[in-house]
Amino acid sequence: MSSNKKYWKSVEELNENSSIVETLQQNEFVKEIPTDEFLGDKSSLENSSTTRRDFLKYVGFSTAAASLAACEGPVKKSIPYVVQPDRIVPGVANYYATTIADGYDFASVLIKTREGRPIKVENNNLAKSNCDANARVHASVLSLYDSSRLQGPRKGNENVDWDVLDKEVSAKLNSLGGKQIVLLTQTFASPSTSKLISEFKAKYQNVKHVVYDAISNSEALDAYQMMYGERALADYDFSKANTVVSIAADFLGDWQGGGYDGAYAKGRIPKNGKMSKHIQFEANMSLTGANADKRIQATPSQQKQVLAALYKYVTGSGSKGALDSKLDAEVVKAAKEIQKAGSNALVVTGIQDVDAQLVVLEINKAIQSKAFNKNTPRTIRQGDAKAVAQLVKDMNAGRVGGLLIAGVNPVYSLPNANEFKSGLEKVDISVAFSMHNDATAELCNYVATTPHYLESWGDIELKRGSYSLMQPTIRPLFDTRQFQETLLKWTGNSSTYHDYIKSAWTGILGGTSWNQALHDGVLVKPILPKQELVDALEAPEGDVADIEAAPVPTSAGPDVGAASRRLSVAKSNGIELTLYTKIALGDGQQANNPWLQEMPDPITRASWDNYLTVSRADAAELGLTNENVANGALNGSYANISVQGSESIKVPVIIQPGQAKGSVGLALGYGKSKGIKEDMIVGVNAYSLYQNLNTVQNVSITAAEGVHEFACVQLHNTLMGRGDIVKETTLEIFNTKDKHEWNAIPEVSKNHIEYEVTSPEVDLWDEFDRSVGHHFNLSIDLNACTGCGACVIACHAENNVPVVGKSEVRRSRDMHWLRIDRYYSSQDSFEGDNDKKDNIAGLGSSLSEFGEMENPSDNPQVVFQPVMCQHCNHAPCETVCPVAATSHGRQGQNHMAYNRCVGTRYCANNCPYKVRRFNWFLYNNNDEFDYYMNNDLGRMVLNPDVTVRSRGVMEKCSFCIQSTQAIILKAKREGRLVAAGEFNDACACSAACSSGAMRFGDVNEEGSVISELVKDDRAYHLLEHVGTKPNVVYQTKVRNTTEA
Amino acid sequence: MKQVKHRNSASKILILGTVFLFTFFNPVFGQDEAAVDNAAVTEASSGGDVAKGEELFKSLCAACHKRYKKAVGPALFGVADKYDRAWLYSWIKNSAAMVASGDAQAVAVFEEYNKTAMNAFPQLTDGDIDNILAYVMEPKADPPAPVPGSDTASGGGGNSGVSSNVILAILALVFLMLVVVLFLVNKTLRSFAEANNVELPQAEERTPIWKAFIQNQFLVMVTAIFLLLASGYFVYGYFMQIGVDQGYQPVQPIHYSHKIHAGDNKIECKYCHSSARVSKTSGIPSLNVCMNCHKSISEVADATATEEYSKEFYDGEIQKLYKAVGWDTNTQAYTGDTQPVKWVRIHNLPDFAYFNHSQHVSVAGIECQTCHGPVEEMEIMYQYAPLTMGWCVNCHRETNVKIADNKYYEKIHKELSKKYGVDQLTAAQMGGLECGKCHY
Repeated sequence: MSSNKKYWKSVEELNENSSIVETLQQNEFVKEIPTDEFLGDKSSLENSSTTRRDFLKYVGFSTAAASLAACEGPVKKSIPYVVQPDRIVPGVANYYATTIADGYDFASVLIKTREGRPIKVENNNLAKSNCDANARVHASVLSLYDSSRLQGPRKGNENVDWDVLDKEVSAKLNSLGGKQIVLLTQTFASPSTSKLISEFKAKYQNVKHVVYDAISNSEALDAYQMMYGERALADYDFSKANTVVSIAADFLGDWQGGGYDGAYAKGRIPKNGKMSKHIQFEANMSLTGANADKRIQATPSQQKQVLAALYKYVTGSGSKGALDSKLDAEVVKAAKEIQKAGSNALVVTGIQDVDAQLVVLEINKAIQSKAFNKNTPRTIRQGDAKAVAQLVKDMNAGRVGGLLIAGVNPVYSLPNANEFKSGLEKVDISVAFSMHNDATAELCNYVATTPHYLESWGDIELKRGSYSLMQPTIRPLFDTRQFQETLLKWTGNSSTYHDYIKSAWTGILGGTSWNQALHDGVLVKPILPKQELVDALEAPEGDVADIEAAPVPTSAGPDVGAASRRLSVAKSNGIELTLYTKIALGDGQQANNPWLQEMPDPITRASWDNYLTVSRADAAELGLTNENVANGALNGSYANISVQGSESIKVPVIIQPGQAKGSVGLALGYGKSKGIKEDMIVGVNAYSLYQNLNTVQNVSITAAEGVHEFACVQLHNTLMGRGDIVKETTLEIFNTKDKHEWNAIPEVSKNHIEYEVTSPEVDLWDEFDRSVGHHFNLSIDLNACTGCGACVIACHAENNVPVVGKSEVRRSRDMHWLRIDRYYSSQDSFEGDNDKKDNIAGLGSSLSEFGEMENPSDNPQVVFQPVMCQHCNHAPCETVCPVAATSHGRQGQNHMAYNRCVGTRYCANNCPYKVRRFNWFLYNNNDEFDYYMNNDLGRMVLNPDVTVRSRGVMEKCSFCIQSTQAIILKAKREGRLVAAGEFNDACACSAACSSGAMRFGDVNEEGSVISELVKDDRAYHLLEHVGTKPNVVYQTKVRNTTEA
Repeated sequence: MKQVKHRNSASKILILGTVFLFTFFNPVFGQDEAAVDNAAVTEASSGGDVAKGEELFKSLCAACHKRYKKAVGPALFGVADKYDRAWLYSWIKNSAAMVASGDAQAVAVFEEYNKTAMNAFPQLTDGDIDNILAYVMEPKADPPAPVPGSDTASGGGGNSGVSSNVILAILALVFLMLVVVLFLVNKTLRSFAEANNVELPQAEERTPIWKAFIQNQFLVMVTAIFLLLASGYFVYGYFMQIGVDQGYQPVQPIHYSHKIHAGDNKIECKYCHSSARVSKTSGIPSLNVCMNCHKSISEVADATATEEYSKEFYDGEIQKLYKAVGWDTNTQAYTGDTQPVKWVRIHNLPDFAYFNHSQHVSVAGIECQTCHGPVEEMEIMYQYAPLTMGWCVNCHRETNVKIADNKYYEKIHKELSKKYGVDQLTAAQMGGLECGKCHY
């Protein structure tokens, strides 16, 4: 970001008339270099012992000596273990099951470790809790090696011993004289931690536990409690929902804990002519909306009205407000779909309002949705916004004596951070349990430095009955102690937290052994349906049919009718802002993670930034613009945005197709400035607009001065009728018409006979025999791909892909081996675009019509398309390499020998898919790129099986050849054939794909999933007419809509 | 007359040689005799057969006991004086029972050695035990006293490096003297000739050879081309060996002799380098692997010492290991104070080349020596192969894939060999020449 600040080095510079400053400005050297003195005097020259010739000799000799010395290889040391641990064999990876639970992301994962270092996060396939690992979870391994982590406990700004800290803190906690001690923590969802905190409460006087989620789900929790008597989140199984109606619920993103994409994607793949139907009402273009069959724009206030109307149409009760007639028609359609699907339908909402959440729970109850799991509510959000607000009041009133802050950063993430800060000063003793010296830790008296989750023990109950264990995968890198361990100490318990969990789990384990549970990482216990549980406990003769009666405290139940009436009269005042979280950064905990910063947003394709998303109409009205400059980079205006009464903040603007008029969006989680590397301080902190922890705010916006430079990686806004890149059809056509109608292979004419381009008849090259041995193919299902980007991060981790930074991304020098292209279609479907393109007549018409297509309509259709090296069987890149650095393997992989590459970049020029990446710089060991490869700690994440590339060489996706080779070698060593399905998870991207969109395998293996997929009717190749015969096959997108 | 003289000198040499031989052998015989005497004495005193005892000791006791030094168990020299013989019989046959029965002496020993029970040897007869005791009661043999004159004896043997140098020096001296004599003779003759006014024939003025050479352009060109080619060859050769460290033999922090371990003692390579079977790296053994044996081997046998490396030297190297691993020889326990050994890496493949040991060792069944050379003869390890890509590729071209008993290869080998029309596929034909198999 540019700034108009004047920098000065001395006070003198501020004096405008100072002659010294002027002299200094003009002269690089304050004193003249005495050249005349030396060269002018002949005698001194003659007396000089070094003649010009001698000088040249010295230079020549030293250059030659230096280059000769450089020929000598460096001495390398090998240091074996003194005592090698039994399970570690150098060069062989070990896997451990553990669980991430940082208060925002919860997922059961497998950690790949090499020689004791975690290097990659993978999905734990034993876990079936619908908490799939997302991009942030995959990137979390790099946060372990964050060089800005605190390395030991601190008091004020000084390092201190744990003993001193323990003694001082517990002494102070005991001498507070009845004042409150407050534990302000993240959501732990940990049975043992709950037990521990209750013991802490018993040990000290007047202890209060306040759970705070930076991104609040308080209203949904309250609504669920009112309806079902338990403060938890409803759990849904999207794979059982044939019709999904979502009102502003970004359930493919982070809605209510996220992790639903895998189950959702199962229903999206057309099977026997059927697939799920997804209707989305929303204001911001979210990942979920982009995947919907039908996306309807509605501002936040309209969303409430829509929900009220939907409630009325589906259940017949409640009232419909003054709803826009167009929207009303859409709601009627949606209601019909729900009624048609009956119990196979599901309604979800992301409106942060107790009424809205209640109405949705009521609708799902009314239609008896099968997708709603009543018995297993999610416990991964427990924050209470009211309690947090009360805490800030109590602190300012001086009622809080001790404040222990664990896992949260309220000074950064509270909208009323200033109030919190002033309250913090009135607290007698404050301790932050934090990994970084962040905004909160900086202001606390003590920092009890905590380890990363990969260095910790823990247990998590993700949802009722689904338990997970967290185990360390590396010895703590620094002098850290986890929160629970410290609490144990302070409660006078001498056992370790590991033993504590073990004893707490005796009840949970049941018949399973501790070792088995730890090995699996997950433990699912059968849950008695709530009703039976209640029956068993208290009322054996109770009314079984009435589900509501027993558990709900208020026997009458919440008044849903009144709630819907309140919703129906929702109104907006001016422009409505919807705060959201990006796939990359989430709530901002991992803002110091360069992989996540550089990951392009799935929708806007911008990295390293957050920005205000504005609709085209609003932008024109407010005078906000976006333009692409000569080198293709995106520039945007700034806008000042303020919530009533609050200070305005200046944010860059992106004009977002599909943004509802009258609404704007802004991502939380950016703009962190404390405890973070300088290069990662990007974006603006939107938490200051997050009043009352509500994502919807009425704001006023004005254009501001200046131009913001974005690092946006996709330029083209629309597909412009290039139907062969993305093939799309509707379910109706897919079911009724022949394959050639909707997935035709292009044809060329030879001797007046039409041949399909795949025919050897029209091929420039001779066909190779690919039937012997393995032949790898990757299938990407455009229906199942949600664009979540987990594969992008997994690819980074597996293949040592460097991070290049914002300014390099802006120069189109990003190194992503795998990109997820996002295509808009200006019509309702791509077919519409194709028709329009075909019907263009004449130059005038083409100018205007293409112009229209470039300006995507206000409600575009979206397709995500992951593109990596297509491993063409007839690869154009291979034929142009002058040094044969890229060549073809028999197994179908397009090889790239980095050490042979001289960097002509012909291959990248000749690649029709533009998937080759050139190393413009040496990214490792280079302090110009202060991300992670320039320090010893960060380099620990590198995969030792993959070369770290140097400057001047080309690189690209290798189909993870290191993994395919490792699998083959394992089979050879064991003297067996490669087992069925063993190759499925060979590629990092396909292994990370929880939605099953990416399938990798050997097409020569009989009966393999991939061999079926390549023969599928939906299968096609990118740019088939070029005749490259790629080994990546795409599955045509089918949209469940009848309006073609 | 001359001939007579010759005979005389020959007989002299013969006599001298015999004298040398005698001086050389005499002390050795003397020592042997002394040892035999010694043995006879001890046998007489304890009534056991030392030779049989030695055999038994080495097969049963040596794992834990040494004669003059504490190991896992106590040093055994003098044990027969310390304990009653009957007590010793029952202790050796079953010590645990004695400890259990509460024998005071037995319990004391048991306590002293950290309650490590000694193995029971019920198979030993009292006679066997007597033999063993006879062996262990032998006093420590003094190191052989240096015999005066033995150095000269070995020098006179005439086959060591020093003596051949001497001969060469003498020959060189003789040669030099001949040259000087020739020169002097020439000079003298010349001065005679001058004095006698003899006309010496003057050499005819000819074009000097170098001038003639320059005038012959053809020769100049040929020579120039030859020189250019030759220098090109050498420059190319020089550049091609940059980064090739064949023969690299760095000094290691511990003088580890592969010759002693793999050669003399025939330890299987993969006993120490076990990860070569399953991993890409062969693995430098961790120190706990060394201690599997060196817990009880704290010094080398006398026979191990060579002229270059003495027994003291080797024992010192073992002490280095103990220091690194934190092993206290007195208490026979780990102190926990460790100093990992920083070996100098010899075989350095560049990072962009992927090599997997298990592929070659386990799957292909290639002997370690194929690439690493005669390791069992290397006192100091060095890089045997050039480790260049040409060297890898050559081997892949020449080596057949080992398909026997490997189900993985069954189908692919059948199909591929049919395609290429050969019986046996080489590694190259299997795909071992594809860039991406080693570079990723």
